[in-house]
Amino acid sequence: MNFNRSRVLKNNLISSKRNRREITDKIAGKFMLIPAILISILLFAIFALLLLHSEQILSLYPITDLIFSSSWKPLAGDFGFYPFIMGTIWVTSLAMIFSIPISIFTAVYLSEYAHPKLRKIIQPFIDLLAGIPSVVFGLFGVLLIVPLIRDYLAPMAGVTSSGYSILAGGFVLSIMVFPILISITYEVLRTVPVEMREASLTLGANQWETIKKVVLKKAYPGIIAAIILGFSRAFGETMAVLMVVGNVAKVPTSVFDPAYPIPALIANNYGEMMSIPIYDSALMFAALILFVMVVIFNIISKYVLIKIKRRVA
Amino acid sequence: MIKRRNLEEKIFKSVMILSLTIVICSLLAVFATVIIKGAPSLSLEMITEVPKGGYYLGGGGGILNAIVGSLYLSIGAIVIAFILSLPMALYLNQYSERSRVPGIIRMILEVSTGIPSLIYGVFVFLIMIEVGARASLFWGIITIAVFITPILTRGMDEIMQTVPLKLKEASLALGTTRFETLIHVITRQALPGILTAVILAFGRGIGDAASVLFTAGYTDSIPTSLSDPVATLPLAIFFQLSTPIPEVQQRAYASAIILLVIVLLLSAVSRILSRRFMEYVVR
Repeated sequence: MNFNRSRVLKNNLISSKRNRREITDKIAGKFMLIPAILISILLFAIFALLLLHSEQILSLYPITDLIFSSSWKPLAGDFGFYPFIMGTIWVTSLAMIFSIPISIFTAVYLSEYAHPKLRKIIQPFIDLLAGIPSVVFGLFGVLLIVPLIRDYLAPMAGVTSSGYSILAGGFVLSIMVFPILISITYEVLRTVPVEMREASLTLGANQWETIKKVVLKKAYPGIIAAIILGFSRAFGETMAVLMVVGNVAKVPTSVFDPAYPIPALIANNYGEMMSIPIYDSALMFAALILFVMVVIFNIISKYVLIKIKRRVA
Repeated sequence: MIKRRNLEEKIFKSVMILSLTIVICSLLAVFATVIIKGAPSLSLEMITEVPKGGYYLGGGGGILNAIVGSLYLSIGAIVIAFILSLPMALYLNQYSERSRVPGIIRMILEVSTGIPSLIYGVFVFLIMIEVGARASLFWGIITIAVFITPILTRGMDEIMQTVPLKLKEASLALGTTRFETLIHVITRQALPGILTAVILAFGRGIGDAASVLFTAGYTDSIPTSLSDPVATLPLAIFFQLSTPIPEVQQRAYASAIILLVIVLLLSAVSRILSRRFMEYVVR
């Protein structure tokens, strides 16, 4: 009798301890979901708030006028975003033209040819490049690239330029997107199975032919995804571009012209627009354009990359 | 025929080596330019004093306000980001088997890391207008925290995914709950990686200017409370560079060296720490 009772007690004790552990487990699980929910709401909150604030300008002007008109006179009530959109596209495209071939060749070399030791040496350099603050890149542009264009490249092309130009923005931005392009392309190349390379080499192809006809073909979607990602990074870059691109609200006609990309527009004017509500609304519309473009680019490229990862795993 | 094929390979191989050289050289060029231009005006005064009267006209003083301001902002932000990120990363790796939720959250995180910091700055500024707040240390911290939380979570998540499944299974097989496995096995196993992710996110926070442009304000003194405005190192560089006075511009270059040194230190520390803690990791 006595024996039994103590056993029951002991069992109760064990089960209550067990219960407590399980309850802790359940509560922790629920608790951990909270930040995840918060972060999920964040993107929608940003979108909603930007949309809310750009409503005023969208109700006054049709959206096509805003996007395709090139007259920007906020005080006179002209809000044409065309020069800014073109400025962004010019600078970003130029940066990608410089950056894509160099990054892909570098990634191919690191993945296919380089000795593992060399790879280990190069890796920290690329990480470091990714960690340099954008203001420092901007300063580098002002100190080296801008004078270079003003004193050498522009005269060589037979034009006069202050140096603060699309070309300067393109140069600086291309260096800034090297790390992201190289590291993602490298990762994508690594997902191509070794057996495929071996099969091609066995058939008598040399290493370059294998890269060209097997590896790159297989890695093609992933590389496109990397490029889209790099493009969207360049698209939203603010400070470095702002410092070297000249900030003149005109539709550019050559790479030696200054431009005024959307992020620079927002950063430069945001402090002072509070007095004119419609101007505020116009800038919020600019931010909305930027946000929507970046989100779309990111979703596309991430979707492709996730699919590739899943195929490998 | 064989010769032509091999020639083609040789050409492309040299193009690749050239590309790699360009990448490395551009990194070196950034460093060299900033150091050569900034070194002459680098002085102890720069890092030990706040700007004196007439600093932006070439007067005496330094940028201690910006250095301390940046540290305050980033330390505050990394603490908040860590508190939010760790549970999120743990959740993604343990509590979500066989559900679509982690996939969706990961996608949202990926997209969030791609949003330009400027947009986060605008977002927080809009909230500040709604609640009627002014630019201050507090709102600067919030901005950077919002901006680096996705980066930090993603970094931690990636590390935790590399923890071997067998280790988890061994722990669970001993009768632990998922929570216990998380705390005692996964977190420890991933510790070096978590540290690296934290330092990386910290570096992003300290180097970013666009996000705190409207939310942190700018001041020549060191903030004494959360409601004071605060200067940051990147913005100090930007503002000093925008003045027309050569001496002040010189100081912008010197400030950039200080910022670069901080970034380099962080990257060195993360490497050393992660190597140190690697000893306790089961592989």
